[in-house]
Amino acid sequence: MAAPVYRGHFGKPQAERLLWRAGFGPRPGEAESLAKMGLHGAVHHLTHPGRERLRGPKPHDDNGHPLAPFDAWGHDQLWWLDRMIRTRRPLTERMTLVWHDWFATSRDGVGPARLMIRQNNLFRTHALGSFSKLLTDVTRDPAMLLWLNGTDNTADSPNENYGREMMELFTLGADRGAYTERDVREQARALTGWRNDWSDNLGPVNFRFDKKRHDTGVKRIFGKRGHFDWRDSCRLCVHHRLHPSFFVTKLWSYFIPVPPHPGTKRALEHLYVRHDYAVKPVVEAILRHPALYDGPRMVKSPAVYLAGLLRGLRRGIDTEAWTWLMSLAGQQLFYPPNVAGWDDTRWLDTATFRARWMIAAYALRPHVLDSGKAKLPPNAAKLMSRAERHLGHPVLTTRTHGDLKRFAKHALHDAHGSDWKTKQYPALIENALRQLLAVSPDLQTS
Amino acid sequence: MSRCHHCDEFSRASFVRKSAAEAGRGLPAIETGMPAPAGTGLDRRTFVARTFGLALSVYGVGKLGLFDEGIARAASGPAKPVLVSVFLPGGADALSVLYPANDAKYLKLRPKLHLDASAGPVFTEDTRLHWHPSLTPLATLHGEGKVSVLPAVGYTHPDQSHFTSRHFWEVGATDARLVTGWMGRYLDRVGSKDNPLQGLSLDYQLQPSIASGKVPVAALAAPDDYSFWAPGVWGEVESRMLDAMGPLGARRADRFLNQAAKATFQSDRLRKQLRPFAQSGDNNYGATVAYPKTDDGFPRQLAGLAAMLAAGLPLRCVAVSAPGEYDTHSDQPQALSDGLDITAQSLYAFQRDLEARGIADRVLTLVWTEFGRRAEENGSDGTDHGAAGTGFLIGKRVTGKMIGEFPGVTNLDDDGNLRATADFRGLYSSLLEQWLGTDAAGIIPHAGSFARTKLLK
Repeated sequence: MAAPVYRGHFGKPQAERLLWRAGFGPRPGEAESLAKMGLHGAVHHLTHPGRERLRGPKPHDDNGHPLAPFDAWGHDQLWWLDRMIRTRRPLTERMTLVWHDWFATSRDGVGPARLMIRQNNLFRTHALGSFSKLLTDVTRDPAMLLWLNGTDNTADSPNENYGREMMELFTLGADRGAYTERDVREQARALTGWRNDWSDNLGPVNFRFDKKRHDTGVKRIFGKRGHFDWRDSCRLCVHHRLHPSFFVTKLWSYFIPVPPHPGTKRALEHLYVRHDYAVKPVVEAILRHPALYDGPRMVKSPAVYLAGLLRGLRRGIDTEAWTWLMSLAGQQLFYPPNVAGWDDTRWLDTATFRARWMIAAYALRPHVLDSGKAKLPPNAAKLMSRAERHLGHPVLTTRTHGDLKRFAKHALHDAHGSDWKTKQYPALIENALRQLLAVSPDLQTS
Repeated sequence: MSRCHHCDEFSRASFVRKSAAEAGRGLPAIETGMPAPAGTGLDRRTFVARTFGLALSVYGVGKLGLFDEGIARAASGPAKPVLVSVFLPGGADALSVLYPANDAKYLKLRPKLHLDASAGPVFTEDTRLHWHPSLTPLATLHGEGKVSVLPAVGYTHPDQSHFTSRHFWEVGATDARLVTGWMGRYLDRVGSKDNPLQGLSLDYQLQPSIASGKVPVAALAAPDDYSFWAPGVWGEVESRMLDAMGPLGARRADRFLNQAAKATFQSDRLRKQLRPFAQSGDNNYGATVAYPKTDDGFPRQLAGLAAMLAAGLPLRCVAVSAPGEYDTHSDQPQALSDGLDITAQSLYAFQRDLEARGIADRVLTLVWTEFGRRAEENGSDGTDHGAAGTGFLIGKRVTGKMIGEFPGVTNLDDDGNLRATADFRGLYSSLLEQWLGTDAAGIIPHAGSFARTKLLK
């Protein structure tokens, strides 16, 4: 049985939600044009984009210089944020972010940005491709080999780090009876053999498989016996009977914040296996699923929030401030907190809320109105619609709309009887409305 | 995952420092030259900031009116015991934290990684053991009877996954489905609806062990860092804007919209609570003892914590991660010393700070890690995941006596790991009952089945 498909109205609110879940939100006008395509057209548009051509102003640092993602600290993150903002393939970019979280690798254990960006491009290449191929390539990816001690793992002295995490976090999941501690040890043996050299200039280089370091003996993994090597290791995980259920549940969680119903889950598992572990059909089914449109909203991750805010404001990367602001908000790209990635259930708390407030303030700063010059009408409703326009007309709940208009009314009231206040307060209020709108619960979620 | 000391480490550290400075200062004042709102005098915020330039010295009972009523109520009651949880992330190696220097089996299991008897001070309660040299500050406090050591704390059927085992410790049960932290459930019982500071995560985000189900809790990196501004907004309009945070934080029907609203509401509350600290430029919050100097935020977080406690802010449970990466699959000696050095020196300074401020008798610090490491080293100068780990209780009121004995390395479990001689759920139950003064039943699942230990003098 196939997974259910959304049959309700597909208008601007639905298209806007789809653009946030499957990308980084709309540029002004994009939700309206996507809505015209209807659900199937819209999903097809996202899963079959044209060739990548970044559009919009080229990124630069605070001094107007081009980014140096391999060399300057923080520029790796800016380089990727720029792609999120300027891409014509938002779903590809979003899936790259999914894989970065799924195979969470941190520069803290890798070192050179060069290797992180190489891994990032691997994620981008396989964004909607075969998971089986992705896992195989990740297993021999230099950044991953360093991060989870793949090159420390030799026949003489096995290192269990990668063997364990590939089952626990990448393919099967913990505490489901999928594997034993013995399997961890045997996987580590199968994965032996990788090595690299060290260059004084470049750091770790020349990653390769060296037969001499590989344990050629018989291993027993998931009850099967054989002279398994790293390719077998990947294959055994993907073909494990508990892999499809792990895969579809985890993939689903990146798009929809409540777990799939058992029927949907089964349907997605079948789809996944029938298409030989291809990612795209499963993503398409999720993007068409009623739970995405009728279900609850979803909290945006800091990267999605920031990239989306800048897309809505038509602003490119023109400052390095995002680097530390993203870290305050709890998502420094290329530095996930650990190999399990970011915890998507805990994006918002008092510390990260304040960081998002600051992100909004920095995002709005270049176009801030000068209350000494700007001449704005002392009318709450008009000020409110200007603020909405400034942020690209996001769909708002009536509740938030009302709260903001009430604020504007009260603040205008403060100006009564004072000539200079009547002239200047409307601009101050407009600046404040933009700020409040950008941090409102409506814009923190999609 | 051991820390890699690559060449851009320094530039990264200085970048972060620079950014933090800017983060604290906020934007350059774009409203420079604008007239101050005429006739309004000092608004409440300015007043608070000026009067409380050094909040610590002047915050007192007479000024409580400046806080919201709920906070004032919580702060003006009798001082409550405070529990500080310090987590060593990654699974710190128990057999290095306290090592059996001359044990033949230990030397065999650790041909490269063993530490010499002369390297670290003797552990006086069990002279087979020595403290890791970086833990000398804790050995000093132990000598004063202020540290109780758990040489092998864990649970039956140990899980060797970082995330599962850490989760067990955070929720206080070997239950993968529990979504509230054990301290969070304690706060749900004794805390109030309007005081987010009661459960404080000294971090850029919430520590799961204080995640509550009903009452608000807070996360903040440093107490002087919690102001809100927006470009081109000042004066009366700014006050109005900040007042609007409350309504935006009101309850919503959608579950996740409500999550965002709740974060807004709690941030607004916390902003009001921390107003007195907003202008504290003094790096150590008025501490008279020296904290270690480092780029890491940990000592500063502890100094800020001591100051908040001294100022009478209503804190009850505090959670923080220690610096360092303890998942030492490779290059263990350096990574472990780096982490333990700064952690132990900071904890020592914190204890001395509490003593100097006269509040040491109401603060107890628990140091824990998700598991210890494999007894046998792995050949990449590291160790793989193990079972029982080391824990510490630090404070003036603790007995200073070992909890559970050192199990030795001759009788390892089937996976070659140290066996636990104390159960973390028994430890939590004892902390709840003896230190926090509440029944463990209803907070720790099956609390009755775990043995209690006498924790306090």
